[in-house]
Amino acid sequence: MYLVRRVVEFSIWDILRNLLLAARWTIVLSLIAFVGGGLVGLGLLVVRTTQMRVLQRAVSIYVSLFQGTPLLMQLFLAYFGLALFGVETSAWTAAAIALTLYSSAFLCEIWHGCVQAIPKGQWEAAQSLALNFLEQLRFIVLPQAARIAVPPTVGFLVQVVKGTALASVIGFVELTKAGTMITNATFKPFVVFTCVGLLYFLICYPISAYARKLEGQLHVYSR
Amino acid sequence: MSTVVDSTTAIDIQGLYKSFGQVRVLNGIDLKIAAGEVIAIIGKSGSGKSTLLRCINGLESFDSGQLFVQGQPLQYHNAKAMRTLRQQVGMIFQSFNLFPHLTVGQNIMLAPTLVQGISAQNAKTRALELLRRVGLAEKIDAFPEQLSGGQQQRVAIARALAMSPSVLLCDEITSALDPELVGEVLAVVESLARDGMTLLMVTHEMGFARKVSDRVIFMHQGRVHEQGAPETLFQYPRTPELVQFLSSLTS
Repeated sequence: MYLVRRVVEFSIWDILRNLLLAARWTIVLSLIAFVGGGLVGLGLLVVRTTQMRVLQRAVSIYVSLFQGTPLLMQLFLAYFGLALFGVETSAWTAAAIALTLYSSAFLCEIWHGCVQAIPKGQWEAAQSLALNFLEQLRFIVLPQAARIAVPPTVGFLVQVVKGTALASVIGFVELTKAGTMITNATFKPFVVFTCVGLLYFLICYPISAYARKLEGQLHVYSR
Repeated sequence: MSTVVDSTTAIDIQGLYKSFGQVRVLNGIDLKIAAGEVIAIIGKSGSGKSTLLRCINGLESFDSGQLFVQGQPLQYHNAKAMRTLRQQVGMIFQSFNLFPHLTVGQNIMLAPTLVQGISAQNAKTRALELLRRVGLAEKIDAFPEQLSGGQQQRVAIARALAMSPSVLLCDEITSALDPELVGEVLAVVESLARDGMTLLMVTHEMGFARKVSDRVIFMHQGRVHEQGAPETLFQYPRTPELVQFLSSLTS
């Protein structure tokens, strides 16, 4: 019995094509993390902005926990921890959950800072006009907070895109994992990871550029 | 001033106390204000003037005592009751507090459409009417930052009036203005007083207080220390504290 070892010849195009296919999942995972994290984060923000002390405290602890532990560990816990409770999790679900929670904590913190930057007089004027709490938040405070929130939020989106690379450790095949796999087949780590880096850059750079543009547009209140 | 002063009570304050930590800011305030009355509240900074004003529309809570607006008790923790009360009590601030992301028109129309359910069309008509009244009809599409301080404050007055309040609270509304802009704002307030609006104003403009108000209230250490008609109070102060306060202004 003998073994035929066949070395697959990968052209640069083959490498790129495979990486591009995997980059889809990096983008999808980033979007899930960002949209999910944004929604959860917004909910947490509302809770944190109300005057209910116990709830405020709970949100603070939640934020501190996710900010104070590595994302890698959160991914492990989501993947293996849920399995301990008999919940069968795929790498997909675990990555989506961990990244959503992680993003929600950071976005809540970023946005909370933006809300706090709005002068107290704005709340008071809205209160004096008989607006209720949610109306004050929705029509007066959040629109103003949103303007100053754009740069740090988009900056964080770039962090999330790069953070998805960690999902490779629980077996989720995204850009980085694909890079590792292709390297194992081609033995060309430098070429492969240069391409990987380039692809991350191509995803992240437009986001940063867009953030700068948006910041310029939103800065002025007058038309 | 309307010839007949309505005898119904607009605001009734009984034994109001409030502390910020160890500091007692309101030390037992009893005050009745008739509908249509124009009140000027004077006193040193820290005497509790602003806090008293802010208690009347619930921007500040009080520790004990009772406060009635149009016969209804102020219930600080009852959101629904506060919503009703705040529609009757308008407030104008020292720093204008216009909403910078909304146009002048939107600033004025927001609360009536949201809170009172007035149609956008009607709200706009009303906004224009109010802006005309404060002399700024042509600014309806401007943003606050494009206006001078005096204009911003007049918009703030129009915004408060849009809710058709029965009482208007003015918290040092000319203190942040350049001297040459004070007159235009006071002229609007004076016209409101003439039209019979119940007005409570914390002010440092003694000349204006004297000219417009029906009653001047001097606050000292969280109490109503002395009160009376402007001509008697300024001419013949009875307490040494008021004498001292008035002389500190002229020097």
